[in-house]
Amino acid sequence: MALSNRDVRYIAHLARLEVSDDEIADYVDKLSSIIALVAQLAETDTAGVVPMAHPLDMGQNPRPDAVTETDQRDLLQRNSGSVDHGFYRVPKVIE
Amino acid sequence: MERRTITQLSAALRDGSVTSRGLTEDCLQRIERHNAVLNAFITVSRDEALAMADAADAVLASGGGGPLTGIPLAHKDIFCVRGGLTTCASRMLSNFVSPYDATVVENLAAAGVVTVGKTNMDEFAMGSSNETSYYGPVANPWDLERSPGGSSGGSAVAVAAGLVPAATGTDTGGSIRQPAALSGVTGFKPTYGRVSRYGMIAFASSLDQAGVLTLTAEDAALLIQAMAGFDARDSTCADAPVPDYTAALGESLVGKKVGVPREFFDDGLDPECAERIHDALAVLETLGATVQDVSLPNVGASVPTYYIVASAECSSNLSRFDGIRFGYRHAGADSLESQYKLTRKEGFGAEVKRRIMTGTYVLSAGYYDAYYLQAQKVRHLIADDFRRCFESVDIIAGPTTPTPAFGLGEKLDDPVQMYLNDIYTIGVNLAGLPGASVPCGFSEGLPVGLQLIGPAFGESTVLNFAHQYQQATDWHERSPELQAG
Amino acid sequence: MAWEVVIGLEIHTQLATKSKIFSGASTAYGAEPNTQACLIDLGYPGVLPVLNRKVVRMAVLFGLAINAEIARRSVFARKNYFYPDLPKGYQISQLELPIVGKGAVKIFLDEGQEKTIGVTRAHMEEDAGKSVHDHFDGESGIDLNRAGTPLLEIVSEPDMRSAKEAVAYMKRIHQLVRYLGISDGNMQEGSFRCDANVSVRREGETALGTRTELKNLNSFRFVEKAINIEIERQIDVLEGGGKVIQETRLYDSDRNETRSMRSKEEANDYRYFPDPDLLPIELDEDFIESVRAELPELPDAKRARFVADYGLKAGDVEMLTSNREMADYFEAVAGTVKGDAKLAANWVIGELSGALNKDSIGIGDSRVSPRALAGLLERIRDQSISGKIAKEVFEAMWQGEGDADQIIESRGLRQISDAGALDKIVDEVLAAHPEQVEQYKAGKHKVLGFLVGQIMQATQGKANPAQVNTLLRNKLD
Repeated sequence: MALSNRDVRYIAHLARLEVSDDEIADYVDKLSSIIALVAQLAETDTAGVVPMAHPLDMGQNPRPDAVTETDQRDLLQRNSGSVDHGFYRVPKVIE
Repeated sequence: MERRTITQLSAALRDGSVTSRGLTEDCLQRIERHNAVLNAFITVSRDEALAMADAADAVLASGGGGPLTGIPLAHKDIFCVRGGLTTCASRMLSNFVSPYDATVVENLAAAGVVTVGKTNMDEFAMGSSNETSYYGPVANPWDLERSPGGSSGGSAVAVAAGLVPAATGTDTGGSIRQPAALSGVTGFKPTYGRVSRYGMIAFASSLDQAGVLTLTAEDAALLIQAMAGFDARDSTCADAPVPDYTAALGESLVGKKVGVPREFFDDGLDPECAERIHDALAVLETLGATVQDVSLPNVGASVPTYYIVASAECSSNLSRFDGIRFGYRHAGADSLESQYKLTRKEGFGAEVKRRIMTGTYVLSAGYYDAYYLQAQKVRHLIADDFRRCFESVDIIAGPTTPTPAFGLGEKLDDPVQMYLNDIYTIGVNLAGLPGASVPCGFSEGLPVGLQLIGPAFGESTVLNFAHQYQQATDWHERSPELQAG
Repeated sequence: MAWEVVIGLEIHTQLATKSKIFSGASTAYGAEPNTQACLIDLGYPGVLPVLNRKVVRMAVLFGLAINAEIARRSVFARKNYFYPDLPKGYQISQLELPIVGKGAVKIFLDEGQEKTIGVTRAHMEEDAGKSVHDHFDGESGIDLNRAGTPLLEIVSEPDMRSAKEAVAYMKRIHQLVRYLGISDGNMQEGSFRCDANVSVRREGETALGTRTELKNLNSFRFVEKAINIEIERQIDVLEGGGKVIQETRLYDSDRNETRSMRSKEEANDYRYFPDPDLLPIELDEDFIESVRAELPELPDAKRARFVADYGLKAGDVEMLTSNREMADYFEAVAGTVKGDAKLAANWVIGELSGALNKDSIGIGDSRVSPRALAGLLERIRDQSISGKIAKEVFEAMWQGEGDADQIIESRGLRQISDAGALDKIVDEVLAAHPEQVEQYKAGKHKVLGFLVGQIMQATQGKANPAQVNTLLRNKLD
């Protein structure tokens, strides 16, 4: 099942990946073959089968409500290239 | 070339014939000599390693410490190590200094290991050949033109080439077992949830598991002992007691049953590899086990199932890489949208982007039921197949890979061909079971691996079989000839 | 052409836990930017979410309070989209298996009518951070302190038919979450946010019209105005032959109009899937019963009890039970003032509320304790002081001058009830105002007020008014 250029551009947009015009053919080609591979799964009969989200048959193990983290802003912000007065800076968010 | 196991090194440290500092210097020298050719290491932390070695020596001198104290070890560069670069072999994290340690790193440090450096891998653990790394491919020491396997290729090669006695790895679809097989070392992946994933950069959350690459099953048992256990920081980590894995190693195989899945012996399996596996099964029989045919009827659907689940999960896990709080950022973008798109286009390699796109596609509106939901259902079928087998056998054995090491560049252009490499290993991750690969011979001079798969939390069983096999054979002692670099 | 309005509300309330839903960072309001954003909140590589068990308890408590189904098994799902205030690039929320299912609340409308509004579901999710647009010349600043704060999203059935009903429902939920102690409901600080889905259709039609979503309406007043102006706009569009576009609109309170929002995610494909880092939440009967045991007396039950036990009117009861603190305060006073609930009610609703409003403080910070107020009311009841003087005493108590008895003593405010003393004063006043006495005797009974006034003046307000009245009438009639 082949993907179209439009499909690829749409997915790339959802995933926030820039795809240039000269890359698109390669993406279409490779993604189509991958999708063809995974589409084979439709052949397996799964009537009445419960989806398995997790290998472990365990319930959630929640923690008590307590503040355990201290302010590490300086340390953590060292990893960012754009910090200003404690805020992370990004190109303007349009609302 | 002489390679010593952890067990041997530990004894030598204890009897004083070597020091941790001495061992560490040794490793650092070997790395220096051979890494240019092998490219197994991304980062070597000389000063930190020597400091850890000195500390270990002090502990040993005072009569303290355990079996891992002072042992040099490398971490796959997917484990966060505080204060050092953790790159995941990606441009996206090429500048990332982790502010915290992964639980695996903490646990092993507490056991006294000496961290020598971070090993190369496929970018974000996505790959089966260690060719997708931003830092260049890793070469197989058995034949430098060939891939060592992936994604834990760097760790496998570091051990195979005797640069370190052991290295950590991660296995999502075979990424410990497959490179172990192709590089001729022992690789072990415990049950999903046995080891904490905290600090292990996520690829596919319901499949990823930490493990080790070592020279022997005995060494693997020592490491897993230190790594395993409940961690409150990982909600998917099992709260189950950790048995003594070393104690189980010596059990006899007499009366134990080995199941061999008929589906694994298909046309895709290289005939010489098949022979090596049959030879290995014969060895298990001489040790007293009985070998019988079993069936995993849905295992043929493993690869498509895996690629849907893994891509879906990774497409979401990798959304946090946007250049804002850490990692690579495209500077000077004129809008928020272009900052996202260019950062991610430039920061990620081709395979990673393909998997993100695949995952985005299968989760997108209109496709969720047909792909993701269907995959979760088939996953259940595959897990049930394994469970059913374990009602009649103690362990499952078979090939780890369909062929020995393939050439670098051979499969790069055809992702589907690359994915099919994982055909025997993937089902184990889908079912969350423990699995190992041990060297069991050669095909045309290249290593072949025997895969051993246990029931859930059956680490002891897998390690027992692997160890007994290694007591009766010496494939795991064969080492490649390294050209002096 | 008659139009019918259909309204549904989505309320996001921040749950009052100390730490975040998936991390141990503090949720305290007002901290310096990014000082309460830990590795997990920042979506660092390799970190994992760990659920806060208090969030589950609070969600279940809410579900029980609205008589909703509590899911024995519920699942967290990832809602994937890119936005700088969403560090992981996905929000952990719940989709197919929310923790709370169908429930209902009763609302009371103006004429005393009751209406039941259905709640479709309520689920747990994490809040995003905040973006700031000034001070960064052309860029935006992101503060992730709020990222990871636990939210309960409460979705109503589209059962409301007017802005008034919508506000009544919103107030009910607001009251309920505060009664339960699961949220402080502070709309200014963003702990209680409301989005409204509004559509119109011709009366009698069963199909729903196209709806618009009005976002982040942060006061009851704005909710009402925004909905009303949007209804007008939609009717105008439809009557003009146009079609209502399904979109998100922001309410502009300065202009009293709604504006289409430039959508921040044009491709709204959230690609929900169960979060593989979190296991399903499995609740057993024991757990649910343990939460049920924590349910406080809810507003409806409290209201009914106040009417029955204290004999108060509906209007008074409504005010007294508007929040738990006030109801508790009232009961503490009423309990001491030996059965004069009406007096207690009047004072709590009147003087006390007035003083609280003037100082802009909540009843929890009242400068007069229930005990102290009860002490004052006791002096009214035993006729030590008049109601009027009591107000003066209260004011002094509020300013911290002491308790009722101390103030009455120090200011010499004791009411004169001594029959002999009063008698003397009444006679003096009557003697001083013969004209008014004549007028009264001539039938102008209104002039009694003047005479009473004179007596009060002569006694600096301390004469017992009831006695004065009796004495005057006895002497004049």
